[in-house]
Amino acid sequence: MAHFEKATSLHDWLNQRLAIDTLRRVLATEYWIPKNINFLWAMGMVLAITFGMLLISGIFLLMYYQPNVDLAFDSVNYTIMKEVEFGWLWRHVHGVAASVVFLIIYIHMFTGIYYGSYKKGRELIWISGMLLFVTFSAEAFSGYMLPWGQMSYWAGMVITNLFSLGDLHLNGLVEWIRGDYVPGQAFLNRFFMLHVLLLPLVIIALIGLHFGTLRIPHVNNQEGEEIDFDEEAAKYKAGKKKEAKVIAFANDFLAKDMFVVSIFLIFFFYLVFYHYEFAMDPVNFDPADPLKTPEHIYPEWYFLWSYEILRPFSTNVGLIAFGFAQVIFFLLPFLDRSPNAKPAHKRGLFFYWFWALVIDMIVLTAMGKLPPEGIFSTIGLYAALTFIGLWIILPIITKMEKEVKE
Amino acid sequence: MRELKILAIVVTFTLITYYLVEPFAHSQMHKHVEFRNFQYDGKSDIEEVEHKIKVAKANNEPTKELEKKLEEKKKFWSEVDKISKIKGDPVAGEGTYAMCQGCHFDGATNMGGVTPPSLEHAGALYDKKYLIALVKDPAMAMNVDHKYKDDSMHPMGAIMSMVSSDQDIANVVAYLKEKKAGKMDATEAFVEACGRCHADRYMKWTQVGFVPKTKENIKTGQDIEALKFKQKVAEEQNALADYLGKLPPDLSIIVRARSEHFLKTFVEDPQTQLPGTAMPRVGLTKESYEKVNEFLEDSGDAKRHERAELGPIVLVYLLIFALFAYLWKREVWRDLH
Repeated sequence: MAHFEKATSLHDWLNQRLAIDTLRRVLATEYWIPKNINFLWAMGMVLAITFGMLLISGIFLLMYYQPNVDLAFDSVNYTIMKEVEFGWLWRHVHGVAASVVFLIIYIHMFTGIYYGSYKKGRELIWISGMLLFVTFSAEAFSGYMLPWGQMSYWAGMVITNLFSLGDLHLNGLVEWIRGDYVPGQAFLNRFFMLHVLLLPLVIIALIGLHFGTLRIPHVNNQEGEEIDFDEEAAKYKAGKKKEAKVIAFANDFLAKDMFVVSIFLIFFFYLVFYHYEFAMDPVNFDPADPLKTPEHIYPEWYFLWSYEILRPFSTNVGLIAFGFAQVIFFLLPFLDRSPNAKPAHKRGLFFYWFWALVIDMIVLTAMGKLPPEGIFSTIGLYAALTFIGLWIILPIITKMEKEVKE
Repeated sequence: MRELKILAIVVTFTLITYYLVEPFAHSQMHKHVEFRNFQYDGKSDIEEVEHKIKVAKANNEPTKELEKKLEEKKKFWSEVDKISKIKGDPVAGEGTYAMCQGCHFDGATNMGGVTPPSLEHAGALYDKKYLIALVKDPAMAMNVDHKYKDDSMHPMGAIMSMVSSDQDIANVVAYLKEKKAGKMDATEAFVEACGRCHADRYMKWTQVGFVPKTKENIKTGQDIEALKFKQKVAEEQNALADYLGKLPPDLSIIVRARSEHFLKTFVEDPQTQLPGTAMPRVGLTKESYEKVNEFLEDSGDAKRHERAELGPIVLVYLLIFALFAYLWKREVWRDLH
């Protein structure tokens, strides 16, 4: 049995049992962050806040939502939107946050790519982040099923069909996933379970892992400078805060984070009150009808780029290209052969590669929504080929990169 | 300022993506239909046939029938225009109106697939030219003449032999515009203009009326009155579906499912948005459309007033929060720079 003294205060009582002083030091006041950063470094906090809003609004929606094919649509559009006090607010917060969270994830990802924050010991930060991206995608998709509107039903049909894997005709697998021949009660129930239990649990665990992977390599900085964190922390602690290249997570980093968060929240709630339609497709306000296929079926905007990689090819080739797009980002730390963990503008060809990737993915996103006809389908095909090409040349151009001296 | 430059880049790329995925994509996915400000002069009907002729010519198909149709439509709408310039006599119109009441009365039942509407507010609901066209030739006015070929006739078709002179038409329309144009609320506008074909379950409206309050038998849990009402609704819906080809959609949340522009232009001339649809042109005026729309918004977007009220409060709160966050950041970072 450990030895405990009679506590002199509540703080002391807790400290003896939980080591709260140590926790505070390790997690906040002596958790070192580089000083040379810009607002893009606050995207992690913005994501944490947005996830928090999704969780809280989701809990309120869960109190009234009915996972039943006959009741789901009206439980959302009537009960929550009309009957429940502020149900409309929770729903719009949830819907808009589900869309905006992907905007921030993409900004967060491209920040990581631009500044080389996946290199030299930071590989696991990137990989755990990509796992989060994939799990968030599954979470978004399963949530999209729940209002049981036309888009829920038909997107569910189209996406689960992908698992037949083209000419392999794995129809048994598709039925196993759906629990039926077509999306129905079994389908809605299991996606409901995934959305409100399994996937959120996985997300929370992965967020923990993502934080853990940051601990040893530390956060990157704006110039890709290698910092001796012990030395710089010593300066900071000695009171030479202006000279030190590091800051404490709390309150230094947090103060800046919260300012960025406050600007983000203004933008976010502007969308919630005045511009929510972009996140809630009109087609999904028609109840699911298995006998009527909507004129245009398209995923939410954040899936469009990978949808467009699937679409321009024949079934089998498309599926392979689609599979490629899903896994290739995971391999980024290993495909980038350059010795430099520097921002893209210091890396020559990689700078052009980065912007080519950004523009190509925007083109893919646009073409993914447009009907696959005429010029759009041609542009889509070339954009998809460009995407694949860019990843094939990445190891070559990065291998050619010369080491950048400070 | 480096941070502002980065912010400008992030914002620019976000806006470009938004523009491409939303306004641009939707402009490509849905054909543009011109809004005509609830003017009923047959222009869109004529353009529709002209377009069909163009398509037929491009496909090397015969256009003789269509050319005939085009002439018919042009003639019809120019005659409507002519009648609209005749001064109608409402007193004389009252006599003619008595004929209308043979079918149009409160509690009318389904005739040939559809229940004749109450005309209590017809003068306020419907546009003058539209009413003239309707009395002159109902199928042409509603732009559903393609449904009645050869031997079949529009359920209201008999009116054509009953009220045929231009002066009679002008008189009865003048009567409606003067005596049947009383004030109505949003619910009355919806019920009279849309409610005979469309249910709205969020407002408890069915094709045969509002769902009545009934009581179940406490010993058995059975509610005979409710069952009887359900049967009445079911019979009406079956008759409608037989007549129209399918049951017209419930309009509970149509304001979220279709854009404002779609709904306006669709009501003006359903054929422009859904070629071949069984839905007739309703002929609403601008004012009565606004009333109907108010009902639909109460049904599908009931909390819009609450949303408009709460929005500014939340944003002001966040602005104050942002100010404090900025001051805190400045305070903390004073020691760091």
